[in-house]
Amino acid sequence: MSEYVVLGDEAVALGAVHGGVSSCYGYPGTPSTEIMEYLLEYSEKKGSPFACWSSNEKTALEEALGTSFAGKRAIVTMKHVGLNVAADAFMNGALLDIRGGLVVVVADDPGMHSSQNEQDTRFYADFAKIPLLEPVNQQQAYDMTREAFDLSEKMGCPVILRLVTRLSHSRAAIATAAPREENPINKAPNKMDWMLLPANARRRWDSLLGRQKDMIAYSEESSVNTLVMNESNSDRAVITAGLGYNYYKENEAELTDKPSHLHIGVYPLPEEKIKKIAAQVKELIILEEGYPLIERMIGGLLPRDLKITGKLDNIVPLQGELNPDNIRPALGLAPKESAALASMELAGRPPQLCKGCPHIDTYTVIKEVQAELGEESTVTSDIGCYALGALPPLSVPETIICMGASITSAKGSAEAGLKNVMAVIGDSTFLHSGLTGLVDCVASGTDVTIIIVDNETTAMTGGQTTILPSSRLENVVRGIGVEPDHVVTIPAHRKFHDENKDRLKKELAYKGVSVIIAVRECIETARKKNK
Amino acid sequence: MKYDIILSGVGGQGVLSLAAVIATAAAKAGYRVRQSEVHGMAQRGGAVMAHMRIADGEIYSDLIGQGTADMVLSMEPLESLRYLKWLSPEGVVVTSTNPVKNIPNYPDEDELKAELDKLKSKRLVDDKSLASEAGSSRAGNMVIVGAAASSLPLSMDDLKAAVEDLFSRKGEKIVEVNYKALDLGSQIA
Ligand code: SF4
Repeated sequence: MSEYVVLGDEAVALGAVHGGVSSCYGYPGTPSTEIMEYLLEYSEKKGSPFACWSSNEKTALEEALGTSFAGKRAIVTMKHVGLNVAADAFMNGALLDIRGGLVVVVADDPGMHSSQNEQDTRFYADFAKIPLLEPVNQQQAYDMTREAFDLSEKMGCPVILRLVTRLSHSRAAIATAAPREENPINKAPNKMDWMLLPANARRRWDSLLGRQKDMIAYSEESSVNTLVMNESNSDRAVITAGLGYNYYKENEAELTDKPSHLHIGVYPLPEEKIKKIAAQVKELIILEEGYPLIERMIGGLLPRDLKITGKLDNIVPLQGELNPDNIRPALGLAPKESAALASMELAGRPPQLCKGCPHIDTYTVIKEVQAELGEESTVTSDIGCYALGALPPLSVPETIICMGASITSAKGSAEAGLKNVMAVIGDSTFLHSGLTGLVDCVASGTDVTIIIVDNETTAMTGGQTTILPSSRLENVVRGIGVEPDHVVTIPAHRKFHDENKDRLKKELAYKGVSVIIAVRECIETARKKNK
Repeated sequence: MKYDIILSGVGGQGVLSLAAVIATAAAKAGYRVRQSEVHGMAQRGGAVMAHMRIADGEIYSDLIGQGTADMVLSMEPLESLRYLKWLSPEGVVVTSTNPVKNIPNYPDEDELKAELDKLKSKRLVDDKSLASEAGSSRAGNMVIVGAAASSLPLSMDDLKAAVEDLFSRKGEKIVEVNYKALDLGSQIA
């Protein structure tokens, strides 16, 4: 047994390695990125397991399914919205006969520290009818990752490991256990269980539904789903889930008559334990990190006159992440006094593009061209550092929706009649899910100008190498069929400001698909390289 | 024993490397440490905050409750005021006095100074000049750790051992400069 001080993300990575993982796939996304970073570094040093970034979360999950088909263990990592991209592979993967353990790690971002929504991955587990494990600390993150592989092989389906930002990016010491060997190659024995033609799929769905009782039994017996009864308190009891556990424990000492407490970290829900804790109290307090999933699901299990205190009546905040303070009203505890001064209004300090960032130079070109055009123009943008161009003083983009949507929403806007439509997208985002949008534009001959802001890296998440080198981008774009005269690479530098402006004007004047690739390396990445 | 610290600063200032020194020292002193960090979008020049918890028993929450932190340790004066809600009425603020003015509406320096003066318990540190006195403009964060030292449940030896751990691969000279920065910081009352 050894001790390591690790981030929650790194604890997952180490758990996977010690749990006998053979292949690791993922797409960078805060707060999940450090899992793959750890695995990539480990793999480079030790020669195994196989680890690589994928183009997007869907390709990553499908690659992991392939590993599982070969009988080996695979892990795939993404942020919560990444699972939307991978949803097709995910929902169908649940129906396959999984023999090589497949763990889908999804890091949610309640509070949207670095995301465009705060969707709760536990709904996906329920949707797909597969188990989900949720750790509350680094040690559990390690232990549960190992458990998730075993559980996946035991239940014959993928298993989700759900993390949240505060665990992913929090550091503590963990103790590790003896590593397990990788699985040998052992191809799935019956191909009918891997071909989801309707007849097979119906049989597989029936089988998955049949396994639900085993999953519930597992959750019922799990030592993570601990029920601590205090029969003398018949007023109220507490159910915690996810980091709600930590914040409850932090406050528990202040409660005079300790309520009975059930923690849930293994899903599907342990129904008997829930019935048991609810049976003898008048009020059930539910503290869950994420949407009110437990609160909504347990309605049917409980006596009608039971009072439920939780998110649905907004006593526990429905939005944002939980913390040690915002659960106190539900527990009947008053806020604590602090050293805060009442006086000065503090100026906010939002994140911003780094000084000297290539995106600043490109946005400056766009902004000036817009001002000089003398007619309406539209700029759609996308997910990455360049989204920060939405803030003053630049304030250029008008839409930021989801990965790849700059190109496709530009297409729709142009087709609806907007003029001079420009889409701004990063190199990594373009390869993630901008390519298919460009195909659509070429197929329709839409009048759009796509500006690929190529900083030769995935900068927002810390500078991962883009899946294809920058030098190949132009050929990729040409290969899709954009007119060769209207594919151009320009240097994203203020030195070339006037030339770049002329070129943008020329492409806006062209009534068809233009692609301008504005290249200059991210200065953060460049700085790291020089270190 | 428990000691909770809110660390603050501006993305890119090296708040996390400052945190690493304290965390390493606390682990060396035999304590449990839990540290919540900021990664991703907020790191780009925005306000950053980290929670560090040191204890000799179980630490449940990664986040410190409001009104319960023992110290706000800040690399920037405006940022030191942002998280006072977390500081206990008896807590201390240790902060750099050197502003990072990367926003157009940065407050007037006199106004800011007056606000800092209102704090009950504080140590205001001109980390820049002490760092150059120590021999490197980049040792400012060690000056700040030094200034915090007398309130931390850690000895100067623990802190120096942590510096040695974290900086020895950069050479003896760097280690010496950081020792000196710690010492100079620790003399601030
Ligand atoms: S990290 Fe790179 S791409 Fe992102 S804002 Fe800074 S320089 Fe620009």
